[in-house]
Amino acid sequence: MRPFDYQRPDGLDHASLLDRDGATLIAGGTNLLDLMKLQVETPETLVDINRIGLDKIEPTGEGGIRIGALVSNSTCAADPRIRADWPLLSRAILAGASGQLRNKATTGGNLCQRTRCYYFMNIDMPCNKREPGTGCSALNGRNRIHAVLGANENCIATYPGDMAVAMYALDATVEIAGPDKASRSVRVRDFHRLPGERPELDNVLEAGEVITGVTLPAPVGGTQLYRKVRERSSYAFALVSIAAALRMEEGAISRASLAFGSMAHKPWHDLRIDAALTGAKPSDALFDHVADLLLEDAEGYGENDFKIPLARRTVKAVLREATGAST
Amino acid sequence: MSKSITLDQPDERNLLDRMAQGTIGKPRNRLEGPDKVSGVATYAAEFPASNAANGVLVTATISKGEVVSIDEGSVMDMPGVLAVISDQRMIARPAQGGAGEAPVQQVRQVDYWGQPVAVVVAESFEQARDAARRLKITYNADDAGELVLNPEDAKVWEEAPDTETVQQGALPQAMAEAAHAIDATYTTEGHNSAPMEPHAALAEWDGTKLTVHASLQMLNYNIDELADSLGLDAENVHLLSPYVGGGFGSKLGISPDVAAASVAAMQLGRPVRVVLSRQQVFHSVIRRTETTQRLRLAADSDGRLQGFGHEAKVTNLPEEEFAEPVTQASAFLYPGQDRVLKVEMARIHRMTAGSVRAPGEAVGMQALEAAMDELAEKSGIGPVELRLRNIPERHPSDDIPYSSRRLAECLKAGAEAFGWDDDDRRPAQRREGEWWIGTGMATAARIHNIAKAEASVTLMEDGTAVVATDMTDIGTGTYTVLGQIAGEMLGLDPADVLVRLGDSNLATGPGSGGSWGASSSGSAVQIACEAIREELCDMLGCKDEDLTLKDGFAIHSNRRQSLPELLNGRNIEKLGKLEPGDTEDDFSQASYGAFFTEVAVNAHTGETRVRRMSGAFGIGRVLNEKTAKSQCMGGMVWCIGSALTESMMFDRRDGHLVNHDLAEYHVPVNRDVPHLNVIMVEERDPAASPLQAKGVGELGICGGAGAICNAIYNACGVRLRSFPMTPDKLIAELPDI
Ligand SMILES: Cc1cc2nc3c(=O)[nH]c(=O)nc-3n(C[C@H](O)[C@H](O)[C@H](O)COP(=O)(O)OP(=O)(O)OC[C@H]3O[C@@H](n4cnc5c(N)ncnc54)[C@H](O)[C@@H]3O)c2cc1C
Ligand code: SF4
Repeated sequence: MRPFDYQRPDGLDHASLLDRDGATLIAGGTNLLDLMKLQVETPETLVDINRIGLDKIEPTGEGGIRIGALVSNSTCAADPRIRADWPLLSRAILAGASGQLRNKATTGGNLCQRTRCYYFMNIDMPCNKREPGTGCSALNGRNRIHAVLGANENCIATYPGDMAVAMYALDATVEIAGPDKASRSVRVRDFHRLPGERPELDNVLEAGEVITGVTLPAPVGGTQLYRKVRERSSYAFALVSIAAALRMEEGAISRASLAFGSMAHKPWHDLRIDAALTGAKPSDALFDHVADLLLEDAEGYGENDFKIPLARRTVKAVLREATGAST
Repeated sequence: MSKSITLDQPDERNLLDRMAQGTIGKPRNRLEGPDKVSGVATYAAEFPASNAANGVLVTATISKGEVVSIDEGSVMDMPGVLAVISDQRMIARPAQGGAGEAPVQQVRQVDYWGQPVAVVVAESFEQARDAARRLKITYNADDAGELVLNPEDAKVWEEAPDTETVQQGALPQAMAEAAHAIDATYTTEGHNSAPMEPHAALAEWDGTKLTVHASLQMLNYNIDELADSLGLDAENVHLLSPYVGGGFGSKLGISPDVAAASVAAMQLGRPVRVVLSRQQVFHSVIRRTETTQRLRLAADSDGRLQGFGHEAKVTNLPEEEFAEPVTQASAFLYPGQDRVLKVEMARIHRMTAGSVRAPGEAVGMQALEAAMDELAEKSGIGPVELRLRNIPERHPSDDIPYSSRRLAECLKAGAEAFGWDDDDRRPAQRREGEWWIGTGMATAARIHNIAKAEASVTLMEDGTAVVATDMTDIGTGTYTVLGQIAGEMLGLDPADVLVRLGDSNLATGPGSGGSWGASSSGSAVQIACEAIREELCDMLGCKDEDLTLKDGFAIHSNRRQSLPELLNGRNIEKLGKLEPGDTEDDFSQASYGAFFTEVAVNAHTGETRVRRMSGAFGIGRVLNEKTAKSQCMGGMVWCIGSALTESMMFDRRDGHLVNHDLAEYHVPVNRDVPHLNVIMVEERDPAASPLQAKGVGELGICGGAGAICNAIYNACGVRLRSFPMTPDKLIAELPDI
């Protein structure tokens, strides 16, 4: 860990100190502090945002709900409104990390958590995400947990989290305040990025911007499943995860929204999949078609090749369960 | 005043059963438990030391080569930095268990990625850690392309130094003629001990004497290892390890922190603390080797083994003597006159391979017991029945008898408790929703050893007792069990026995390793107590058979006298000594058991969950039912890890470990562990130790991963021969859905 300055403002205004070079926000610290100890992150100034408020869960005018950026993952998952109307989110959060971590982790911090790529977290290894231009060690290295969708040779890291996958399926919106106090909203589906030519950028936040909250649109009802595949049954990141919100009417799927975790540099959402499901009658042929759409451009890098058949099997399992087809 | 016993003959006296206190074997809670959970127990790094400086190790970022220069100037100006030390008295590798001498010390000669090359000392830990990362080191690295970094690239395989090769009869012919033959190759990945407490040392030097608080398992050897490393006389080194937060083999020998803290304290003339980071625990201490194991089983039509082959390949660094003794239990567990046992080793540049809990059997038994399941299926004989038919009369190579061996009882008791069906073993018969359900079993076996041990026991004038030895308690329950033994022998409530451990100034114990701790140090305590009893008998003018000690009273010939009254202001201090003797060679000695488990395998995702697991174990006398069962449970948890998740993942290009923390090296978590049902099958083993107790600390990990492998096959019909059995391997074999 490098020495750093520490500030703890009492309101959002001060947090816009952030536009000073080298300042980094700290919320729960569960990701950032680990990375600081490893010297992957070396901020000169930490701006602790735990006292700026933004820790409420409140209804929106449109029947949705707004989750403040500093609401802890435990609080969010346990909120009776979330559990009743957006159970997918609650389930996804509870599938992640451990009770202790979720008590500290926050909504904003969770969205911004960094990849678990082994090489990203080891400063003795080249890594384009950590040090652009040095190369990607994972490409020809150990890449069991890496991306099979949307990656390129610049970076094959995944976004590893669970909460955001549910938010993708629920089509949430991220609210962001800028240094000039202007605020903007970004659909969560547009919040994270693919590596492209700038693998160092995980998401679209600009210097000085702060996430203030996440808004979920009105409840969609139906069956909501979060399926997380992993060899260890808790306290492990997903090999593949799927968030599904799906409604059946008269034997057909009347509404569907699926998102996929640990497959790409961002949670994966493909409108074509939702469209193919909507209005269709559940069948293995349909589910295979969905898997084809998901995986048509999938590419493994050796050790992670298995994620492609695993995702196919898992999406079929999830769709069978969600539509009540037999397992 | 001392009393010594050399175990040249079985000790049939069975003293403990003759005693009257009734505490031995009872499930007493661990004495130090409350201190540990409330944070009062002081671990190595937590000892208060005024003016202590903090050292952080700097480790190599090349796989092999030399340190050309260390640019101290790059950090000496940083605030708080006191010294950059790269000294030939430091150690480049940990000492192997029982080495008793310095390990490889040339820290500037790099042999593996992660090798300690220097230590940076600063006022605060944070300053030292920052400086350690910034220290500029120039290496002259060997071309990684020329190095052997991976077992699959090794061309030279040498016979393992310590494991006896057995070549008996003609196995190929036995295989050809067998009614049922299995020839299968299994692989296991490297394992890390991953103790909760990282390796840590706090060293103080007064100009002549060095005092080190460290987290170590075997002070009796560690003192010589450290003295030899530093060029000091052992008399001038004092080691303290009263509490050890888990070791599992990784703290058998001194680790790099111990030497680095010592050298720094000697150089700076002030106390220095060095704590390994979690990553360094993974990178700079030990690993269990990965293995490739070929099993050949040749059985007659009744399933009786006529031929038996177990050949293993393991790895270690150049110059290391240790080679995982993979075939250790195979030497005695099953019959087969035509016999091949062999371990071969290749030298590769990954961190030191050493003893991780149950070296040998932990990985050898899981492969063997999976292969036995293949034989059961092929021969159509039930897995339990097959094992019952293959319990040899005498050791198959050495032609010596077994000491106590309640394997058959364990198999039967375990099967009954579990509700095992030995007859219908057809795979893929039971389905619950997405999950295939199946059962599997395996035998457990682990050699029994004792080691030379001394302990002093003092019966105090006030009628309490003090037990003292440099033996350690690594979380296993030594404090508690030694108190129970002394309590039983002297007729005292164990609460009245103070047990002092983990101080090298005390009587030399055996150290905690190889499951010999309790039976060896416990025997030394028993022997010291015998000597005390003899003296009491002299005082009372009676024979030992006529003396009853109970609840603080001495009773004989209808007279009952309190101990303080009898002692009349005197303390009686005795030293008990145990020496291993001829029984070691005259008997094949081991602890045995059986595992039974039920698993669920997800037909879609290949995830496996263990739903229940039973183990029945025969370990000689049970000294404390609770601590013994806890050891077995802990072992079974390790079986789950070994079967399903644990694997050290090395980068093939430079031999560095990529999953070097507990987030990515997956030991089982609570949710992976179902109810574990442990059954202790009571026995007495007079050849094993004067206590008639055998080892228990490692038995629970020896074979259970094989039971899980067999249960996976029974559940879904996929026979995996590669551990850990992760979803990727299963979905490759499972039918499409
Ligand atoms: C061992 C382990 C296992 C884990 N397992 C899982 C798992 O299975 N699934 C899962 O989803 N997660 C898992 N996690 C990750 C965990 O969810 C994240 O660490 C946590 O959500 C981060 O939240 P935080 O508030 O602690 O963020 P911090 O560590 O405080 O911050 C993380 C990043 O977000 C930025 N940030 C924080 N708040 C804001 C804001 N309001 N606006 C802009 N930027 C902000 C910070 O600057 C920093 O870059 C695991 C973590 C660990 C350590
Ligand atoms: S995958 Fe991305 S994060 Fe990992 S080493 Fe490559 S560039 Fe770095």
